Order: sequence, then structure tokens, then C-alpha cells
Amino acid sequence: MLFCWDASVCVSLILMQHTEQFVSPLAQILVFAVGAMLFTGMALLVSRLIRPNRPNPQKLASYESGETPLGTAWVQFNVRFYVLALVFLLFEVEIVFLFPWSTVFANEELNNQTDGAWGWFAFAEMLIFIVVLAVGLAYVWRMGHLDWVKSKPQSSDFKSPVPAQLYEQINKKFESASHPKQK
Amino acid sequence: MKGLLDQQFEHGGVIITKVDDLLNWSRLSSLFPMTFGLACCAIEFMSTGSTVYDMDRFGMVPRATPRQSDVMIVSGTVTFKMADRIKQLYEQMSEPRYVISMGSCSNCGGPYWQHGYHVVKGVDRIIPVDVYVPGCPPRPEALIGGILKLHEKIRSESRMKPTAIEKLMNKESEHV
Repeated sequence: MLFCWDASVCVSLILMQHTEQFVSPLAQILVFAVGAMLFTGMALLVSRLIRPNRPNPQKLASYESGETPLGTAWVQFNVRFYVLALVFLLFEVEIVFLFPWSTVFANEELNNQTDGAWGWFAFAEMLIFIVVLAVGLAYVWRMGHLDWVKSKPQSSDFKSPVPAQLYEQINKKFESASHPKQK
Repeated sequence: MKGLLDQQFEHGGVIITKVDDLLNWSRLSSLFPMTFGLACCAIEFMSTGSTVYDMDRFGMVPRATPRQSDVMIVSGTVTFKMADRIKQLYEQMSEPRYVISMGSCSNCGGPYWQHGYHVVKGVDRIIPVDVYVPGCPPRPEALIGGILKLHEKIRSESRMKPTAIEKLMNKESEHV
């Protein structure tokens, strides 16, 4: 069965199929990686030899929207993004650690050997881990890092120079059409 | 180093012509237009891409970046504000690049010919145009007609050095 979503993957898959009898599964991955690199490198090389190469300042510019970039990409970001990223990492690492833990926690053999104490032990350990992280969350919450500063809408004292009677004139003109008299 | 497709060959006979055929065929069978529209012509351009007219049957899939596009369909009124961007986007397209000018506005300024202080009187004043599609706006059939005209143009391209002028010069020298 061959499903090729990419030419380089296809070549590597064929290579893998033919080397299956000779090498270990780990070496197959190596064959896969080397095949993919060879094929991509070859394609890059051939296109480099063939393609027209006419660089100009516009082509080397970073924007593709017709705009010219202004200033530098090193701009200041709000420091809150940093705190938010940290909080996000906190939860992500927690979840990532939960996956391997869950396989150990529900290990039937170990649970049978220890008469169920293993499960409680693993559960308590993970509980401590989560509580420590929850303390961190509580701290962030208490310090107000989860609150985003919102700008207050400022009312303007601008007054439109168009006199209101102009609108009234139009509305009056079509009054009969929008509110037909009931007979 | 100059790429193989950037060179012009003086002699090569049947090989070059066969390579020409292959290259031209592959180029005209997958003309990727750039996704952008300027005015009401863009609506017709969009419906050219829709199921009824199905631009995809010519291998035309709109690309969102000039670096991946082969043809720029200037669909609509080119204002001076936009002309700057169009020129930059055209320069960003990789060769070979083609331009279809769609509709009266981009052909010659159209209804803004006389009084439009802000309208470029023909996009060919800023970028070279291959095919003009008349209409205000042109129907999708007209745009497809323009695309087929561009196909014809691409089909006749060659990597051989042009010889017409040389022949003419030889004739001249014979007469003298």
C-alpha cells in the first residue's frame, strides 16, 4: 500500500519497502530521512540550474502585498503577552505530563501487585503536582495578570455641521410612502 | 550563473523546438493568476473562477502572492494610489510573467478618461500588457477569451534567438 502525498516521501517509502528485510526499523527511518533529503536536494539543484534568476530589490523585499515595509520589525510588545505565554506554558506542560502519567496510573499489573495502593500513590503524586501549579495560577489571578487593561471609550465633542432639518426634509417628503395612511 | 531558461540559443534545431513545445505547453496549462481585484471587473473575474465558468479547467488557480503567480489580471480601475502597488507587485512576480488588462478602465482609463484626475489612463503606462480584454466590465466569457489569447501568445514563445532582424540586415547588405 503506497499513498504518496509528496514525491520525496514516495521515493523514501519505496526505498523503505525494499530495505524492509535487511535493516532494523530504526534504520528504515534513517533511509526515509536520507531519501527525503536526497530527493529534495536534487529538485532544488535542478531548478537552480534551469530557472531564470533575475533578482531585483522588489523581489527581495519581505512584503508580498504591494506595501513597502516601514521601520524595523523590532517593536515593543506589551509585557502582558509574556505573562500570558508563561501561564499558557504552565497549563500545557501540566497536560503533557498527564499523558505518560495516565499510563502508569492505570497499570493493571502494578495495581494488582500492590492491592490498589499503587493507583492511590500515583494519584497523590499528580495531585501534589497540580496543586503546586494551581498555586501559581492563584498567584497570577490574585496579582491581576489575567485581567486585561481595557481602554475607556472617549466621547467626542464633534458636532456634525449638517443641520438636522435636512434629514427631516427628506423624511417628510417620503412620509406618505413609508407610513401609508390607513383608509 | 545564468539559468538555462534565461539563455537564448542560436542553433539547436529539433531539440530546442521540442523543449520549447514542452515548456510552453506546461506554462500555458497552469497559468496561476494573482488574487486581487480593483473594481467591478473583479466581480466578473470572481465569477470566472466560479463553477459556472470554471477557470480551473485551464489550470488557473488564484495564488495569494506575486512570487507564485504567472499572470496578473488587472481587473478594474487603476488609480495612482494603486498604480504604485501594482508596479511593485509586478516587479515581485517571477519570470516569465504575463499581464492581462481587463476592462476599459485598465485598458485606457475608461469612463475616467477625461475627468478622472486620480485614474491611470491605461495600465500599460506602468507595466507591459500582453492581452487587452475590452468591456465595461467584460463578461467572464470575454475574460476567458483573453486567457485563450494569452495561451496563443505563450504557445509561440521560443528559446531560439530571434532571427528576423538578422535576415533583414542580410537582405539590406545584399542590396547594397
